[in-house]
Amino acid sequence: MEHIELFFKAVFIDNMVFATFLGMCSFLAVSKKVATAVGLGAAVIFVQVITVPLNWLLDVYLLKDGALAWLGPEYAQYDLSFLSFIMFIATIATMTQLVEIIIEKFSPSLYNSLGLFLPLIAVNCAILGGSLFMQSREIPTFALAVNFGFSSGLGWFLAILSISAIREKIRYSNIPAPLRGLGITFIITGLMAIGFMSFGGMLTGGKEEKPAEQTAVIENNLNEVEVTKDAIDLAKNEQVIKE
Amino acid sequence: MGLLSKKDAKLITDPLADNNPITVQVLGICSALAITAQLNASIVMAISVMFVVSIGNVVISLLRNVIPTKIKIIVQLVVAAGLVIIVDQILKAYAYELSKQLSVFVGLIITNCILMGRFEAFALANTPWKSFLDGIGNSAGYGMILIIVAFFRELLGSGTLLGYPVLGNSIDKTGVYAYGYENNGFMLLAPMALVTIGIIIWVQRSRNASLIEQN
Repeated sequence: MEHIELFFKAVFIDNMVFATFLGMCSFLAVSKKVATAVGLGAAVIFVQVITVPLNWLLDVYLLKDGALAWLGPEYAQYDLSFLSFIMFIATIATMTQLVEIIIEKFSPSLYNSLGLFLPLIAVNCAILGGSLFMQSREIPTFALAVNFGFSSGLGWFLAILSISAIREKIRYSNIPAPLRGLGITFIITGLMAIGFMSFGGMLTGGKEEKPAEQTAVIENNLNEVEVTKDAIDLAKNEQVIKE
Repeated sequence: MGLLSKKDAKLITDPLADNNPITVQVLGICSALAITAQLNASIVMAISVMFVVSIGNVVISLLRNVIPTKIKIIVQLVVAAGLVIIVDQILKAYAYELSKQLSVFVGLIITNCILMGRFEAFALANTPWKSFLDGIGNSAGYGMILIIVAFFRELLGSGTLLGYPVLGNSIDKTGVYAYGYENNGFMLLAPMALVTIGIIIWVQRSRNASLIEQN
């Protein structure tokens, strides 16, 4: 049950692109054709499935507060979590290099069409963001970490697939010339993001989110919506003070 | 331009308009969306990115002949991560409040596509001085868009600029609020950042027809 819940949450409610706005660069630049979009989406799923569980292992057995206890009781006091950024990015960079070599070997046409953006997958914020979300949401088991990697990658895949399908369709529409291409894509993405906000109540049956989840999201602060909530709260506080 | 040759000056001015990193090269969108709800956060972000991109460009350019191509991404990420840690520590030491407000986003400069894009596309093939100018130019173009977006989002969303209420007080109904004006809270939500950037692109391209994409 918790697997299903995590899956739907990662694919729809906390969709990488529409809820947290991660990985926008490649999302916008490689979504002109469905075929390349599918290729990049598949690469993201692949990298996510590998890096999220790997980083989960690193986090649990190396970085967390007290994670070194398996070395002996005298190591239990160490907290290496300040190293998590550099450890995660190193894992990710190595894995993307591997994917690049594999794709170059087995599908040269895909390799040519992805061009500059395959190296950029290493700095795709969606990949690092996935690992950081995994850390801040404190995913309890290895299996759930694999699930989270897959489902957040799948959410990204669905997003890039849908935007590329729309972009192929609107090629024949009469868009004002200056808005063609990038401009209209931004606006469509904005509209889709508004649409995806409506998934928010899916698992809670329309009730408010559980407070524990909210604090977890605030903590990692990657989430733009949370930031704006903070800003609104700030504004409210200021108003209260003035009153 | 006594100090800079015409070619060098072009490296700085080009990314400001015709080759802007956000609106034309489509790099660094994530942070442009994430922090533009407030103007002062955007300004600090722009300065931090300028530091990291220009110095990082110089370092990568100096190392360009000794980096093995197989591991260049990892080298680039290490350089970027090192510089971002410097920025983070400086902010923590001299502007603690601001750094608390920005903390995670400073870390996210590591994954800012502008960095990798410029390292990959420019610094690996050019001399340090040119790379430095390219870094300054591109991050200035990035910062410019960031500040424009943040200006409109903060003004229309919360009626303030840099935290100062410029449109009057919405509770006492002074200033424009006396005439029934209301803040548009929707501007503070992320989708409106996308729409704002879309409109900026629209304006830019209608002024410069050479940027219009052919379908």
